[in-house]
Amino acid sequence: MTDTVLAERAAPTPRSATIDADLPRRPRRLGRILRYVPHGIIAVYIVVAAVGPLVVDYDPLATSVTDRLLSPGSTTSDGGTAWLGTDGVGRDILDQVVLGARTSMVIAVLTVAAAGTFGVIVGLIAGYVGGWADASIARLIDILVAFPGILLAIVIAGLFRPGILIVVLALSAVGWISFARVVRGASLSLRERDWVNAARVMAVPRRSILGRHVLPFVVGPVVAMATLEFALVVLAEAGLSFLGIGLPSTSVSWGQTIADGKEYLELAPWISAFPGVALAVLVICVGLVGDQLTARYGGNRR
Amino acid sequence: MIMGTVQMIARRLLLGVFVMWGCVTLIFVIVRLAPGDQATLSLGPDATADEIEAARERFGVNDPLLLQYVSYIGRALRFDFGDSYRLGQPAMEAVLDRFPATIQLALSAMAIAVVVGLILGCVAGGRPNGLVDRVVSGVSISLQSFPTFWVGIMLILLFALNLRVLPSAGSGSLSHLVLPAVTLSLPQVAIVARLTRSSLAESMQDAYVQTARSKGLTEPQVLLGHVLKNSLIPVVTIIGLQTGVLLGGSVVVENVFAWPGLGSLIVDSVSARDYSVVQAAALLIAAVVVVLNLLADLTYARLDPRIRVEAKA
Repeated sequence: MTDTVLAERAAPTPRSATIDADLPRRPRRLGRILRYVPHGIIAVYIVVAAVGPLVVDYDPLATSVTDRLLSPGSTTSDGGTAWLGTDGVGRDILDQVVLGARTSMVIAVLTVAAAGTFGVIVGLIAGYVGGWADASIARLIDILVAFPGILLAIVIAGLFRPGILIVVLALSAVGWISFARVVRGASLSLRERDWVNAARVMAVPRRSILGRHVLPFVVGPVVAMATLEFALVVLAEAGLSFLGIGLPSTSVSWGQTIADGKEYLELAPWISAFPGVALAVLVICVGLVGDQLTARYGGNRR
Repeated sequence: MIMGTVQMIARRLLLGVFVMWGCVTLIFVIVRLAPGDQATLSLGPDATADEIEAARERFGVNDPLLLQYVSYIGRALRFDFGDSYRLGQPAMEAVLDRFPATIQLALSAMAIAVVVGLILGCVAGGRPNGLVDRVVSGVSISLQSFPTFWVGIMLILLFALNLRVLPSAGSGSLSHLVLPAVTLSLPQVAIVARLTRSSLAESMQDAYVQTARSKGLTEPQVLLGHVLKNSLIPVVTIIGLQTGVLLGGSVVVENVFAWPGLGSLIVDSVSARDYSVVQAAALLIAAVVVVLNLLADLTYARLDPRIRVEAKA
């Protein structure tokens, strides 16, 4: 007992000092390269989402009895190889993962664009105009955050007619809040800066001040926020489609494939497993890039 | 000082009432905008046009919007959201029947998150940027990046189908609770761990830590006796706030494990367009979140005297 305590007491300062001192040059260069691994993986996802659907020949309604529940790597009846196996009606899992990437990323991009635009505008108004506008926006946010985000999305997406746009709307309904908060905080301090005062004195219209003298300075934090929001939207969209809410049943999405696979979990665990891994890798990479951006531009995490 | 606290509580309560009004209004707007109405749905597909018209009259769907809104608020105050056409019982009753199961799940998940998260956070934050710290932060990122429903399915695969030590679905015994509670808790474990870690690391820089060390206290004594107490304040607050998030998360997790709580009721009701149940459930959850946030605020003020002073000023 005493020994470990002594060791722990002695350890901290010298050890951290040596770590800093003998950090060899090689790992640092390696670290610099490693920083860009997430960027590379995200690029692969973007290419797959953009090009994949042109290459993949997938029919969501097709069924093939002979190709049911094939394990990863087996040969299908038409001579192809099902690298990630097939599902309960003989559809290829790799195809579904590729097409799911497109669904997921299209929805995430649209949602982040919609929520970001709205959030930035609201945040600028709240921070720059202040007063009653700021107060009423704060109260609106108070109301919205009383519903756990996914619950509001389920209610909105579930009660309206299924489609990509309704999913985007449902996810944006709460997604704009974090943008508004970041932009409000930034513009609150920008309002007091000299160049903004100068513009005000020169009677530059408020809209131009916001657009030309305030907006450019919130771009950094907003981009950092957008990446983090992107990851959250990918997760939320998968949750919705897992529950069978929002997207029409003919579309392909990771959440849907995971839900389909639950039925065959014992016989064919790969149906649920691979889409989940594809999703998590994307979310982790986007999160890592987001952390790098946040470290550079500031802006708080949620 | 006492006056300051009373004023703060009063202001918070007022804000809570306002937020609840906003929630009721928001739900009213969503339900009014959604296609189809209660009257038509309650009759089923075989109803004639006359029957539908009569039902629309009875449900008040034909009234002016403002009148509908006022009577809606009136009924919401009495927790009356009409009968569920699907379950044939008052919606609020159906919701309250399912509520205890969800509370049980959420509280268990929170307990796991707090215990595991605090331990991980202390281990990592005691020596910032050490190996353990890096491992813990890597694990936290992964825990937050995997969708909970997928993790749940993989846990079923491992513990229920392969090892056969835990049941895969349903409720009734403690062993039924384990998998859903663990699944639901994992993202929260990460949040509590990260928060504890950063809060600890920050407090370690404070002067009183140096004082404690120079008094000859051992590192664990410094950490547990002095630093932890001061770093717990944000953690306590986050527990209140995250319990609301857990209620949202349970909507998804309950569906994975066929847990008979509010979450699976909400999803079934949304799919069946059972508006009365959806409204009752959504507002109940919002009410719980509002109350929890209020409690979190008050605990925060209780734990950190600096906040009380600010509230007074």
